[in-house]
Amino acid sequence: KIKMCSFVRPFLLSVILTSMFSLLRSDPLLPPSTQQVHRDSLVCASQPPPAQYGGRHTVTLIPGDGIGPELANHVRELFRFCCVPVDFEVVNVDSTMASEDDINNAIMAIRRNGVALKGNLETNHNLPPSYKSRNNLLRTTLDLYANVMHCQSLPGVRTRHRNIDIMIIRENTEGEYSSLEHENVPGVVECLKIITRTKSLRIADYAFRTAREKGRTRVTAVHKANIMKLGDGLFLECCKEVASGYPEITFDSMIVDNTTMQLVSRPQQFDVMVMPNLYGNVVSNVCAGLVGGPGLVPGANYGEDYAVFETGTRNTGKSIANTNTANPTAMLLASCLLLDHLKLHAYANMIRRAILSTVTETRLHTADLGGQGSTSEVVQSIMKVKNFTVTF
Amino acid sequence: ISGVFWSFLNGRCVIFLAYLNIVCLCSASQMQTVTLIPGDGIGPEISVAVMKIFEAAKAPIQWEERNVTAIKGPGGKWMIPPDAKESMDKNKIGLKGPLKTPIAAGHPSMNLLLRKTFDLYANVRPCVSIEGYKTPYTDVNLVTIRENTEGEYSGIEHVIVDGVVQSIKLITEQASQRIAEYAFEYARNNQRASVTAVHKANIMRMSDGLFLRKCREAAEKHRDVKFTEMYLDTVCLNMVQDPTQFDVLVMPNLYGDILSDLCAGLIGGLGVTPSGNIGANGVAIFESVHGTAPDIAGKDMANPTALLLSAVMMLRHMGLHGHAKKIEAACFDTIRDEKVRTQDLGGNSKCSEFTDAICQRVRDMD
Repeated sequence: KIKMCSFVRPFLLSVILTSMFSLLRSDPLLPPSTQQVHRDSLVCASQPPPAQYGGRHTVTLIPGDGIGPELANHVRELFRFCCVPVDFEVVNVDSTMASEDDINNAIMAIRRNGVALKGNLETNHNLPPSYKSRNNLLRTTLDLYANVMHCQSLPGVRTRHRNIDIMIIRENTEGEYSSLEHENVPGVVECLKIITRTKSLRIADYAFRTAREKGRTRVTAVHKANIMKLGDGLFLECCKEVASGYPEITFDSMIVDNTTMQLVSRPQQFDVMVMPNLYGNVVSNVCAGLVGGPGLVPGANYGEDYAVFETGTRNTGKSIANTNTANPTAMLLASCLLLDHLKLHAYANMIRRAILSTVTETRLHTADLGGQGSTSEVVQSIMKVKNFTVTF
Repeated sequence: ISGVFWSFLNGRCVIFLAYLNIVCLCSASQMQTVTLIPGDGIGPEISVAVMKIFEAAKAPIQWEERNVTAIKGPGGKWMIPPDAKESMDKNKIGLKGPLKTPIAAGHPSMNLLLRKTFDLYANVRPCVSIEGYKTPYTDVNLVTIRENTEGEYSGIEHVIVDGVVQSIKLITEQASQRIAEYAFEYARNNQRASVTAVHKANIMRMSDGLFLRKCREAAEKHRDVKFTEMYLDTVCLNMVQDPTQFDVLVMPNLYGDILSDLCAGLIGGLGVTPSGNIGANGVAIFESVHGTAPDIAGKDMANPTALLLSAVMMLRHMGLHGHAKKIEAACFDTIRDEKVRTQDLGGNSKCSEFTDAICQRVRDMD
């Protein structure tokens, strides 16, 4: 009895000390905004979960519709070939089902694993409004507030404009995509666009932080505040507020219609662009088109706790599904972004180098780039790239 | 005999009077009056240029100049001057130069005021690549038709609580039906093969869904024109890669604003893009959509192409296809020639020289 007591006392002491320490780390008495900043300074947003189970990561994989499943298979094939320490937990979501069970299962899987690779889920817009877009549901439930797309001109791809290097940061959860609509009287429909100060500050802060991390010098806010004075006016105000905290970065703003005009005549003038949801949709698709099309640009959705990677322009590619003609570059580059997020930089750089050399040097282009290659040929060619070794 | 002689004279008189009537009617229908709003900045110079070119082409147009600076009417509401409104209502057709946007004048933008006064529900912008003015995009030939009265630009916004703003996008059945019908009518009248409705109904199911439904209904009534629907992001993506696949595009206000400016950028910018606004009761106002360019106003440096092409659009709307074709061809030939071009098109000629060159070509064509 006395021997047990001698163990218990130091054990209890250590338990009490550890719990006190963990309580001190997140002080609930601090106001929420300071707490947020405090958290952010300790831990950067969307920290990946640590690798468990023998140093291997588990990542949720949602194949999606159209070309999604075949591209997901190619990703798995490539990862297996490169011995990447990632295991995929495949969650199939049937977008034709009326019940939201499938997408809820997928969301739970992403909460479990923290990271996901996703194909686009088709939304049949002829169904009644009770059937919400599955992709949008996923983004808003997991609060993936920043959609980041990096559009760069690739050397081997022939486009009308050269030397494009634009980073597009788009607010991903509110704005026009709030899905709040009602019919007041038959024939009169109202759709609400919501802009909040907290989310605008959050996305502006994310944009400036990213610009600083990547050594970018200019951030442009895209808006339509001359017409939507309160909504986009608030967004612009928040951007200006955040800009004052980053004096080394030039901040300017541009109206969305002028932006699209400038993008098709002189896209080289843009560096980092930040904008609300709908304008982000337009601008990111225009930029993807400028650098060579939807098959080349990957996209990433970041939240506080989760990250989901997909193709930049979110196409289902229904018309070319199962024809072995889709361009796998976008999905494979998205998987490289995934590896970067998991801090497996060596693997990410190796695969990225192989993909870019296939696209630029060996000229094995798929139909969307004007060539005649098939998806499997491109993937095989990537795997055959010389000096394809991991350097640690 | 006198009776026969009198009836013979009467007969002659009747025939002569009938002949006179016909002559009068013909000349009355030939000479049409159009309200001209020169505008501010470079507006007056380019209006003068257009009038000169029309005179050289012997177009049967009489110009009635009016000013539309807003005045405060009875009851404190801002309105356009009554003589301008009267002229427009009488003539039904108008040509407008660029208007200054007042910042602290207290009244809303003039374009908005005109839109509300005449219920200009459709904004039509044909975008055709100009031979001789090189852009990375060649062979662009499309028309954007944008709903101009509601949608995201309804201007209904409120602050719910501090830090939360709600902006309302309004889509009504009536407005959507009107614009859809107009789009198909335009396609039919101008021999266009297809109409594409641009929407985002996967996200905005009810509002864009209603718009889409009305477009489908209009398509049923016009089976000779092909109808397709496309998401906004797909249109943007394909537009910058291959604009030749598009013909007529019809869409709500915001998408129309963005896409029409995108298409203007494809052909060379707002300085060479024509535009027309169609209203209820047969009113149509054609305008140049560029700014007033106060820095070059009065220096004979302005480029009248945008206003000229809008005037050509106006002639087509009025049915004067022959004159329209002549003036348009003269304008394009002059630009293609590259000898006389204004500064914004890459040359260093004056506005008057450019105008004279076009006038000369028009006269040579006769």
